[in-house]
Amino acid sequence: MGNIIQLAWLVPLFPLIGFLINGLGRRSLSKGAISFIGSGAILASFIVSIMIVLQVKSPGFTASQGVLKMFDFISVDKLIIPFAFQIDQLSSLFLLIITGVGFLIHVYSTSYMHDEESEHFGRYFAYLNLFVFSMLLLVMGGNFVIMFIGWEGVGLCSYLLIGFWFKNSDYNDAAKKAFVMNRIGDFGFLLAVFWIIAKVGSVDFSTVFAAAQSLSKTDITIITLLLFVGAAGKSAQIPLYTWLPDAMAGPTPVSALIHAATMVTAGIYMIARSNILYSLAPITQTVVAVTGLVTAVFAATIALQQNDIKKVLAYSTVSQLGYMFLGLGVGAYTGAVFHVMTHAFFKALLFLGAGSVIHAMHSEQDIRNMGGLKKQMPVTHITFLLGCLAIAGVPPFSGFFSKDEILAGAFSVNPVYYYIGVAGALMTAFYMFRLYAMTFTGTFRGTHEQEHHLHESPVAITFPLIVLAVLAAIAGFAGLPEVFVENGHALEHFLAPIFAESAKLKHANHLDHTTEITLMVSVTVLILITIIYAWIRFSRYRKTEADTKGLARVLENKWYVDEIYNAAIVRPLNAFSGLLNRVVEKVLIDGLVNGVGKSIQYGSRQLRLLQSGQVGSYILLMVLSILAFFALVFFTKK
Amino acid sequence: MPIQYYIFLALALFCIGVAGVLARRNVIIIFMCIELMLNAANLLLVAFSKMHHAAWMAKPAGIASPGADGQLFVFFIMAVAAAEVSVGLAIIVMMYRNTHSVDVNFLNRLKN
Amino acid sequence: MIPVLLLIIPLLTGLLLFAVKNEKSAKNLALLSSIATLTVSLLGVTYMKNAGYLDYDMEWMPALGSRFHVRLDGMGQILCLLTAISFPLIFVATYYNRYKNAASFYALMLLSQAGLMGVFIAVDALLFYFFWELALIPVYFLCSIWGGEKRIAATFKFFIYTFAGSLLMLLGLIYLYFKANQSFSLEAFYAIQFKPGQDTAIFWMLFLAFAIKMPIFPFHTWQPDTYEQSPTAVTMVLSGIMVKMGVFGLLRWVVPVVPFSSWQLGDRITIFALIGLIYASLVAIKQDDLKRLVAYSSIAHIGLMCAAIFATDKSATQGVMLQMFNHGINIIGLWIVVDVIEQQFKTRKISELGGVAQKAPALAILLVIIAFANIGLPLTNAFIGEFMMFNGIFTSKATAFNVVFTIVALVGIILSAVYTLNMIKKVFYGNTSELTSAGHDISFNVKLALSIIVVLIIVLGVFPKPMLSVTNQLSDAILGRMYLKN
Repeated sequence: MGNIIQLAWLVPLFPLIGFLINGLGRRSLSKGAISFIGSGAILASFIVSIMIVLQVKSPGFTASQGVLKMFDFISVDKLIIPFAFQIDQLSSLFLLIITGVGFLIHVYSTSYMHDEESEHFGRYFAYLNLFVFSMLLLVMGGNFVIMFIGWEGVGLCSYLLIGFWFKNSDYNDAAKKAFVMNRIGDFGFLLAVFWIIAKVGSVDFSTVFAAAQSLSKTDITIITLLLFVGAAGKSAQIPLYTWLPDAMAGPTPVSALIHAATMVTAGIYMIARSNILYSLAPITQTVVAVTGLVTAVFAATIALQQNDIKKVLAYSTVSQLGYMFLGLGVGAYTGAVFHVMTHAFFKALLFLGAGSVIHAMHSEQDIRNMGGLKKQMPVTHITFLLGCLAIAGVPPFSGFFSKDEILAGAFSVNPVYYYIGVAGALMTAFYMFRLYAMTFTGTFRGTHEQEHHLHESPVAITFPLIVLAVLAAIAGFAGLPEVFVENGHALEHFLAPIFAESAKLKHANHLDHTTEITLMVSVTVLILITIIYAWIRFSRYRKTEADTKGLARVLENKWYVDEIYNAAIVRPLNAFSGLLNRVVEKVLIDGLVNGVGKSIQYGSRQLRLLQSGQVGSYILLMVLSILAFFALVFFTKK
Repeated sequence: MPIQYYIFLALALFCIGVAGVLARRNVIIIFMCIELMLNAANLLLVAFSKMHHAAWMAKPAGIASPGADGQLFVFFIMAVAAAEVSVGLAIIVMMYRNTHSVDVNFLNRLKN
Repeated sequence: MIPVLLLIIPLLTGLLLFAVKNEKSAKNLALLSSIATLTVSLLGVTYMKNAGYLDYDMEWMPALGSRFHVRLDGMGQILCLLTAISFPLIFVATYYNRYKNAASFYALMLLSQAGLMGVFIAVDALLFYFFWELALIPVYFLCSIWGGEKRIAATFKFFIYTFAGSLLMLLGLIYLYFKANQSFSLEAFYAIQFKPGQDTAIFWMLFLAFAIKMPIFPFHTWQPDTYEQSPTAVTMVLSGIMVKMGVFGLLRWVVPVVPFSSWQLGDRITIFALIGLIYASLVAIKQDDLKRLVAYSSIAHIGLMCAAIFATDKSATQGVMLQMFNHGINIIGLWIVVDVIEQQFKTRKISELGGVAQKAPALAILLVIIAFANIGLPLTNAFIGEFMMFNGIFTSKATAFNVVFTIVALVGIILSAVYTLNMIKKVFYGNTSELTSAGHDISFNVKLALSIIVVLIIVLGVFPKPMLSVTNQLSDAILGRMYLKN
């Protein structure tokens, strides 16, 4: 096997070709062909990615081997921005997640979207391929600008896919919201890039990170904060998170793709990639950690009272992303990346499971109308349960290890972070098992017709579920904590070169093993208690007509954040532009312009009166003017 | 006789002419007033010409001869005035035929 | 000889067309001529590679010190190419539009093209002024004869505005002419040594002339009215190419000629340009007429270009040159879409449309690409230009407020996403309205024109290097003058 890294450009190329074929041929190709091309492209990328990872893992690999320069993209003066890819441990890991989970989602989609008309089916797969392509570009980019291309690209694709059913006006609003919110984040990213160019004179990762030590404290803080604004937009953190729950408007596999494999992990990736910058900016680190923590808890509270199966999962994503940012903020970069990986598995699993349920229930998404589905849908049920256990953090499922690593990191920096984080984790366990219990246990609460049609999904849907369930269950073993197995953290060793510089800066503040084990056990016990409570309580759920009251009502309405944004930003802005349009433009500026014209007209109308036609008055004027002229000459002569 | 007297007389004539043109509405009187102004100018021309001549006579070496240009001009003006009278009277006659009046205020059709 | 050919072909065909009676042959002749011009222009690109620039100099009015001196250099090359590409696209896209007295319509269009070409290649001030008017005067006729309901009022406003600008420019040029020892040549203008304060007056005269044409806030109100009332083919010329005359003029006749004032007053002008950018974007959100919306979006983009010019930075200057081309292509694409909608549904009111994507999927896809290019998505052409301009504004040494300026400009980018997506949503998505339910997809000629635009958008967005290298030398020269004088 030659040097496969030299062929890394194949990875994004396959989805791009898939996009082009499916996009252009969406009317002439059959659904089978479209499915084959769409999924096949990602599978091909996945295979190449595996080979790349093997190569990267091999001992001879050095960072300089991984930089692939294709051609000069922009070159002005001394600034040269090449179209370059960078393959290293971090990006290759992400490649694996993106193409792997992406492939499963593609396979799933072939069945899930089968009822669409052929033309839209093709359009769907084209968008999906483009999405994966953009994400790959983002991850593989060898400098901030190429990363930004993918960064905006995923924004575009999410816009296209959220608004996939474009006849529905609400979906379009959700799509628009996603894009604009992302743009606000991109604003920060772009500004950071300019700042970097101004200070470093290059956007190449290697150059920038090498120069990081020599940057001033202020510069580095501003750059990292601006980058974080970008990350907050893309990875749905407070205050820019509201687009993500609305993004549920798209088809369910798209949600899985956005939430698990692509898009929202971009922010995490970017910060992990520029970890050295963040390690040098403690203020930003605090901001990142606090934002992540607040988002984690805040979104978890909202998830407690949601009744839409996808909304619960959406808020849980926001919350889990919060944990990842917490990890980044406290310097537990490996933990954050680890959580990205496990989260990709179980969140994709949960979304696809939810899709399977929705499919079976004929587009019913309200869990109050579900219940007792475990009999009819055994595979979905078991896999979904595994996903819930993983996300809730029950050992030995994957979520436990990754979340534990982040929380341990948080504890070592500030125990307060830890306690709040645990509170959020308990809420996670609660709402996930509320969701699980209301959906799969108890008695069926839907209509008879729905009950009659209940069925397990076809194999194209259950196959990805099973694969993901297995991964969700065992992925945690890639990162066993030191307390269990000496040198058991395979992932940490793999990623070590990426975070080496940051590790040097970090004060070794390891927890002793007894504390760590005590914390671990106590949290696990608490989580199990929560799970049992939620399970018992919601298996007996009965539909009530009564409205929720008090805090529950506020939570159900998501703290009224959307309403507040509307009242504080959207409407004033609208009113302001209305004012500009009606008053400033039409009255003020146009009035001024027309005023000049009108005053000239008025003036000439007045002057015209002088021309009375009376010979006498003409002569009088003449005489007066001559006199005036004499006077002028007389007085100005000297 | 000092030159001032001539100047004052010419000024008076000219002002009477201007006032007449401005104040009177009868075309014939206006016409006469215009003649008055022309003649005021003529008077001045003759007077200055005479003055310059006298100055030259007194001190022939110092300055160039003024000649008789001023007085020649008077003849020009008189000739032009005569022509003007003939054209002007013709206009007035035409006007009278058309409007049965010699009032200038009837002549406001210049406007359109 | 190539620069002269670029002038002669449209000029002669234009004059010839007045004599043609048959509508169809007039149309085809115009199309043929524009394609011929395009071919010549492309030939010019290959010749340029060897020579650096193409020059043609001839005696013209020796008594006045004016020569027929034209030169195809980097920036002129880009804009001539834009002009040369645009006209065939416009003719193809509007091929089935019917005009009364079509021959005269096409004749005037071609005359205007000749004028535009002249503006972009003239290096003699009087010649420049001559072509400037030659480009504008046919447009007055085109608007006032073939325009919409309120065409007379709109044309009148347009005429008064631009004419006032032209006169100011003439005044400025004549003043320069005397300062430059009675010569109109660009080199002579460059050589002028100003006494302190003298160049400020010149700067304002020339700047106002170009500012009106661009237009810069608050001189922009002629633009939405004129765009709205003109026939769409003319609007394409106006906004795709003609507004670039203003930008071009600033870069060729103002900044290098009076560098000191440009440097000194740049701050103030940037403020106005950025106010215009935000202001136009906000006003665009509220527009219900598609043409007015695109018009305001154009004002916003031009505001950014103006700000970038006065950033006095290599990246910004090259960005402007690039963006002139890119914006021209993109906005012509948008106008084509507007025209298709207007021809098909007989309305431009956004509120009366909806669901067009169901009826015309190909149109929707092409529009989405062009619209996203218009808001500067990466891998489309506009991103390159905008990125370079932002970068230039940020690193600008001409102002102390570079960071604030960049932030404001970037806010404009967010707003541009808002109004563009609003428009796409309301016109193309959602359910069909009464008017649009009978819609059908676009005809072949429109599809062809839009596809060419889309290909250009992507190719230039992925591989901008050729464009960049064309403008490299010239922007160095312009900036060199800026720094020399300080």
